[in-house]
Amino acid sequence: MRFLDIDHVSKDFGGVSVFTDVAFGIAEGEFVTMIGHSGCGKSTLLNIIAGLERPSAGGVVLSGREITGPGMDRMVVFQNFSLMPWMTVFDNVRLAVRAAHPDWGRRRVAEWVQRYVDMVGLTGAETKRPAALSGGMRQRVGLARAFSTEPKVLLLDEPFAQIDALTRGVIQDELVRMWSASRNTVFMVTHDVDEAILLSDRIALMTKGPGARLAEIIPVKIPRPRTRAELIDDPEYLRLRNHILHFLVEAAQRPAAAEVEIAASTGRLPSLATD
Amino acid sequence: MGRERLRVVCYSVLIGATLLALWQASVAGTPAGKGLPGPVAVARAAGEMLANPFYSNGPNDKGIGLQLLASLGRLAVGYAVASVVAIALGVVLGLSPALYRAVNPYIQILKPISPLAWMPLFLYTIRDSGWAAVLVIFMSSLWPTLANTAFGVVNIKRDYLHVAAILQLSWWRRLLQVVLPAAAPAIVAGLRISIGSAWVAIVAAEMLIGGTGIGYFVWNEWNNLALTSVIFAIIAIGLIGVLLDAGLGRLSRRLAWSE
Ligand SMILES: Nc1ncnc2c1ncn2[C@@H]1O[C@H](COP(=O)(O)OP(=O)(O)OP(=O)(O)O)[C@@H](O)[C@H]1O
Ligand SMILES: [Mg+2]
Repeated sequence: MRFLDIDHVSKDFGGVSVFTDVAFGIAEGEFVTMIGHSGCGKSTLLNIIAGLERPSAGGVVLSGREITGPGMDRMVVFQNFSLMPWMTVFDNVRLAVRAAHPDWGRRRVAEWVQRYVDMVGLTGAETKRPAALSGGMRQRVGLARAFSTEPKVLLLDEPFAQIDALTRGVIQDELVRMWSASRNTVFMVTHDVDEAILLSDRIALMTKGPGARLAEIIPVKIPRPRTRAELIDDPEYLRLRNHILHFLVEAAQRPAAAEVEIAASTGRLPSLATD
Repeated sequence: MGRERLRVVCYSVLIGATLLALWQASVAGTPAGKGLPGPVAVARAAGEMLANPFYSNGPNDKGIGLQLLASLGRLAVGYAVASVVAIALGVVLGLSPALYRAVNPYIQILKPISPLAWMPLFLYTIRDSGWAAVLVIFMSSLWPTLANTAFGVVNIKRDYLHVAAILQLSWWRRLLQVVLPAAAPAIVAGLRISIGSAWVAIVAAEMLIGGTGIGYFVWNEWNNLALTSVIFAIIAIGLIGVLLDAGLGRLSRRLAWSE
């Protein structure tokens, strides 16, 4: 039995189909990434797994139980961080820890929070408000908040899209480190092909919406630990990257030539750079 | 800070002094007791009133301090109750969009009614002029807070509510840790408008009910033709209004947040 089963899920908004009949499974401890063009419903699917949105057809089953709403067994890291701006870094994480462990005393909660604040390298910034932090630091808070509750499933919705390229690499490494230690099951959405290959066990490719479908799921057979430096010379990496980019360019159905070039040279999707 | 601020202060003082001088010049030559009193006469009266602000010689002769305290007491009760009711109701409306849309037309009708228009009904139903005035304060400080709270809660970013949902916060915790702080800037803006309109309304209400209060004081002094007292009371009303607003201004800065 699959640990997380996306069981023929369809979603439409007001009669317009976003995606139909998406079916795949994720094994426990597996890291699966979904790539697809803007609007194909990646966030919608992630929200359905999170329980924030209901599927129009089909369902999601997590370790044998159908998902009917949000729960502490699934934590989301949002593209826009979604930290509470009126709370300090510490309080943002503490909100989650207290929710996960209502029976813990103040001391224990505080120690736990501190541990995760330290883990993401935010020691010393505990009393800062999110507004005073850079995008990279904010998403570190987002990661600390999510990991601190030790969820069964981590749902990452383009967590690094709003972070500058240099910082992105550092935080990706932090994510890998935390994930290696915790071995949560991860479902991530991204536009970044390199990021997907670096992090994932398998990559799910969606066709273009509306009415998007799951095109294929490709395994990433590159041994871990992976480093960016080794990756760029790895033939398997180059093969995967080409495969995915070709798929995306074809799915885009005759995009402007300039965009194709950008996509090929940066490994990021052209039509998505704007969001 | 520095030069710019100094310039503003200089302009301010200059404008104030000019106005006072014009006022004094316009009343110069009129004998004392005739025509409008000038600033010097008002200042002299103010000195006398402030020398002993809390005396009480029976119902029609109380110090200005006592009168102000009476008004502030009514304000405190009416405003506090109105604020609690308005915030509670506003949160409920804000959290249920259908209810919000259903109730909103009634709020829109009730909002523009002068709180004083309710006075006869209050006097008739509760038969106590002091409490009727408190109710006028209640009515005057209800709507701005209610409307702003509902607006603030309706417009809470979905992201915050999603986080609350994922963390499965209890209803209370969601209210205290997410909904109220998220809407706090809007709520305090409403509270600030409310205290202004309440302070405006109390003067008029007390003129109607008589007895005590700064509004009654103004009316009584007018009946005594003590215009110096009237003018000083007007200035005192203005100054207290500024203080009340400044207090809420501080609160609003404390609860403000930016993304
Ligand atoms: N609540 C909603 N009501 C109506 N339509 C919606 C809603 N949420 C999403 N949609 C539509 O569903 C489609 C998929 O949206 P979604 O955000 O899931 O796409 P996405 O693949 O995450 O795109 P991106 O890569 O830009 O984030 C879009 O066309 C969007 O406009
Ligand atoms: Mg999205």
